[in-house]
Amino acid sequence: MLKLKNISIKLGDFQLSNINLELEKGDYYVLLGKSGVGKTVLLEIIAGLIKPNSGRVILNNEDITNNKIQNRKVGIVFQDYSVFPHLTVEQNIAYPLKGKKLNNKKREELIAKYAELAEISHLLNRNTQNLSGGELQRVALARMLVSKPDCILLDEPLASLDVQLKGGLRNLLRQINQSGVTILHVTHDYEEAIALSNKVAVVHEGEIIQKGLTKEVFKKPANEFVANFTGIKNFFIADFDTNKAKINGSLEIKVSNQENLEKGKIIIRGEEIILSNKKIESSATNNFKGKIKQIIPYLTNQEVIVDIGIELSVVISEESLQKFNFKEGSEAWVSFKSTAIKIIP
Amino acid sequence: MNNRSTPIIFIFLGGLILLFVIAPLASMFLATTPNQIFETTQDQEVIDSIWLTLRVSFLSTLFFAIGAIPLAYYLARTKFKLKKLVNGIVDLPIVIPHSAAGIAILGFISRDSVIGKAASSVGLNFVGHPVGIAMAMAFVSIPFLINAARDGFENVPIKLEKTALNLGASPVRVFFTISLPLAWKNILSGLIMMFARGLSEFGAVVIVAYHPMITPVMIYERFGSFGLKYARPVSVVFILVCLVFFILLRTLSKEKDSTNA
Repeated sequence: MLKLKNISIKLGDFQLSNINLELEKGDYYVLLGKSGVGKTVLLEIIAGLIKPNSGRVILNNEDITNNKIQNRKVGIVFQDYSVFPHLTVEQNIAYPLKGKKLNNKKREELIAKYAELAEISHLLNRNTQNLSGGELQRVALARMLVSKPDCILLDEPLASLDVQLKGGLRNLLRQINQSGVTILHVTHDYEEAIALSNKVAVVHEGEIIQKGLTKEVFKKPANEFVANFTGIKNFFIADFDTNKAKINGSLEIKVSNQENLEKGKIIIRGEEIILSNKKIESSATNNFKGKIKQIIPYLTNQEVIVDIGIELSVVISEESLQKFNFKEGSEAWVSFKSTAIKIIP
Repeated sequence: MNNRSTPIIFIFLGGLILLFVIAPLASMFLATTPNQIFETTQDQEVIDSIWLTLRVSFLSTLFFAIGAIPLAYYLARTKFKLKKLVNGIVDLPIVIPHSAAGIAILGFISRDSVIGKAASSVGLNFVGHPVGIAMAMAFVSIPFLINAARDGFENVPIKLEKTALNLGASPVRVFFTISLPLAWKNILSGLIMMFARGLSEFGAVVIVAYHPMITPVMIYERFGSFGLKYARPVSVVFILVCLVFFILLRTLSKEKDSTNA
């Protein structure tokens, strides 16, 4: 539904070149890259706030590259929320509805609906000056959703929120996406990509260096930069049961702090997994025997893929590889502590 | 009060300046008896003149704001080649002698000019007419409004305007619902300054219209014909009226701020 074709732009010191991206209806697409690589600029191009030097923006088969901002049907939420400071929460949410010939009742219904969705019904009569970051973010989201855009653009929506607020807002974003809204979300945080997206594109030095299904990009990084940046190949969807997580319905591993979750994602950093020839006695509560499927040499270390019922990526040094003589096809033990497992709700 | 970082000499020198402003005004007030003030307020000519001055300055401020505010917005938001020149033109009335400004306006609206001819064809003559006075007042006071409004608009984050556009509002609606309300504090203070400056204008107005007589002209006329003693009570009454209006408007604008906060 949203296509970017060969978008290029040069702004001062940095540039984006030949950006191609395609979102299908219902996608939750995350654009992942370090700060300052031009992710926000890309969103502003889609919203029409900036004109690209070349390339086209296509929404629902219509070329909107030169359309006016107000006629685009893409909603954007900026990192600083841009909530109108002179209006109340309710007036902010009502803003897109003026000029759309709606009667009062219909208007109030819509405001109530989106305020409820964003869980800010209790704030409707408040001024916006003394709202928290999380509350402002919700006001901005509700206000944008009420304008019924075809696609929504989120610029680092979770970056300035503290951990507790992040969880709640992630759920809200998931809910919005599940109601059928297509989302393009820009972030520097791979955890957000894992937690939310079905597709991801990695931006580096002005180009998209890898894109595709989130699972695939994280499991099979196209190059070392993506591998280092995404950092995590071992992420799995798990069902939780008191201090245990079941992966793929079969493999059971011990976790700590799953906090009453029933379902979630877990990640284990490859650097925190110990690979050995035989079972070792240690404080690690997770010990599995498996088979080495592949050894991938990188510049500074080696990645060993071990099949223990699930495929685990283990990072070891060249020295260890030589010392233990690990080979593709041979057996090996992996162990990791339950505290090394990170749970993402 | 206990600001130790300010040298005593600064306070002393600053005090002299304040005294310089206050002393002449105070001596004028002291030299005028309550009886004289009372008699002046009973003088129909003075009352008519004060009302005329207030009315014309007020209407002139409102009328010229219709163009000045959009100009200020344009200057705040758009980059163009001759922007510095335009900003200079806006400030021009502040630096040119007001009598010269009066001469310029007079040439502009006299019966020989295009505007004068057009006006006289419908039976109007702006010379010696409140419209001429309004033009002379606006000419010298409009920089205060434009500059204040431009500062106000510059302080409105562009992102808020873009957000409003993104939410589907037209540029006109964005101006009236976002930019104008957020810059209103500065604009209002500019309007008050323009109004106050218009009230006090003498040089430009006296050339365009001796009659009907605005109060600053009347003060000059009484001084010329009868001397200091007769000019003083009118001055005192007019200053008091101006101060009342000035304080009233300032207070109103402050109250609006505090309800917005």
